Amino acid sequence: MKLAIVIDGYYFLEKFGLITVIFALSLVVAMYSTLAERKIAGFLQDRVGPNRAGWGGMLQPLADGVKMFLKEEIIPAESSKFLFIVGPSLAILTACIGSAVIPWGDTIVLFGRTVDLQVTDINVGVLYIFGVVSLGVYGIMIGGWASNNKYSLMGAIRAASQNISYEIAMGLSIIALLMMTGSLSLRDITNQQHGFWHEGWFSWNFFSQPLGFLIFLVCAFAETNRTPFDLPECETELVGGYHTEYSSMKLGFYLFSEYINMFVSSAVMSTLYFGGYNYPGMDWVMEHAGPTWGPLVGVAALLGKIFFFIFFFMWVRWTVPRFRYDQLMNLGWKVLIPLAIANIVATGLWMTVKATYF
Amino acid sequence: MSNPSQVTEFGKILLFLITGSVFVLIAFFTARLLSPRKPTPEKLLSYECGEEPTGSSWIQFNPRFYVIALVFLLFDVEMVFIFPWSTIYAQQPLLTAEPAWGWLCLTEMMIFVGILLLGLIYVWKKGDLEWVKPAPITPEVKTGIPPAAYDRLNQQTYQVRKFDAPVKELEHER
Repeated sequence: MKLAIVIDGYYFLEKFGLITVIFALSLVVAMYSTLAERKIAGFLQDRVGPNRAGWGGMLQPLADGVKMFLKEEIIPAESSKFLFIVGPSLAILTACIGSAVIPWGDTIVLFGRTVDLQVTDINVGVLYIFGVVSLGVYGIMIGGWASNNKYSLMGAIRAASQNISYEIAMGLSIIALLMMTGSLSLRDITNQQHGFWHEGWFSWNFFSQPLGFLIFLVCAFAETNRTPFDLPECETELVGGYHTEYSSMKLGFYLFSEYINMFVSSAVMSTLYFGGYNYPGMDWVMEHAGPTWGPLVGVAALLGKIFFFIFFFMWVRWTVPRFRYDQLMNLGWKVLIPLAIANIVATGLWMTVKATYF
Repeated sequence: MSNPSQVTEFGKILLFLITGSVFVLIAFFTARLLSPRKPTPEKLLSYECGEEPTGSSWIQFNPRFYVIALVFLLFDVEMVFIFPWSTIYAQQPLLTAEPAWGWLCLTEMMIFVGILLLGLIYVWKKGDLEWVKPAPITPEVKTGIPPAAYDRLNQQTYQVRKFDAPVKELEHER
């Protein structure tokens, strides 16, 4: 038997292009999230925020980045040198690779080629996201432990126990969603939410799983270590938490990975619950805008949703004060997990009753 | 052919991972080139609020974190079992074809989740989910003034007195 191996060179180019674009996109969004955070903080606290570098502070993230590169790298003598470097690398790597399975848009025709706006459509996409999110804790845990600093260690332990506590509730809330979609592929889940209205009810998952979304949202805050769940680095008690000893680009990696995590989790929330690249009246737009511009509008819709969620993250940061540790653990174990299980049972009952009697 | 490149879906994840690693390495290399390195013994000390650090911080920590990790492991493993169940359960053709199948499937999973819940209740009742709650401290100072005097002062509402200075004359003087 003769095996014909056909390698389409353009396909590789296309995938690498897409990967590069997604990396660049997550980095640029993360960079400008730092500026947006400071601007929004300024707005909510009735002040201006950074406005010196560039036009209205538009170059501030670049200035910060250059500063990060130019700072001296300090590796404490007492620390575990290898793990000290592994920590931040792992943190940013796990933050970045989460976006591999997110469908950024419908298939699009670019320069006469049909391009899939998703790096990979694995059939266990949700599980992949879930796994990457749980890997994220290693970056913090390793970095905090390797520093050989009391504050860092405390921050690392807190981060670990917080992340694993909220991961359970997150998984259970996703299960309730999967009981309605029946697929672990993010592409399938997005396509099921086509348009906005389907057979007498909203087609977006949020409208059939509001409680699940709420639990997922709270858990996303906890997993990204954002206020009110920023106990791993709470400045008032632990100096800098797990990154007390870090300086230069390694610190930059930790700070950056938080913003990339925020971006990716916003993307996951928009994809799972808010229809991803679907938007009301998309069929009409697709018909009139053609196969190149139609999907691009969808990409814009997804990005709009993502930016809204990023704004929401920041809004909450300046609205809700930080939890105390016992409140945090109580919320995770005694409120969210029972609620998530109740949500699963309610979803199951509703599905079965609907199939039996309607 | 939908996949002309012979790259499996997980291969693309590998590509993604490689790109990410290259990015991290480049960033580290650039930082190495650009940043100054003038280490002194003081600089390399661990930070402990300006004091000299005492002892290593690689110590034994509270075992309750360990218990939390164990419980998490149990829940996580059970969740892995529920994931495939939920995707099969959601198949509409199966559900509508035979309603009894839906009920059977649901009951099975409810028993499974019930065992999970029993475990949670056990851990809860055993007190492993309880964390130290800081008790509020009311500071007490021994003074000769009776508490009632403070109460009266606290209950007083502040009255804004009308300001009626001769404004015009003041302006005139200036």
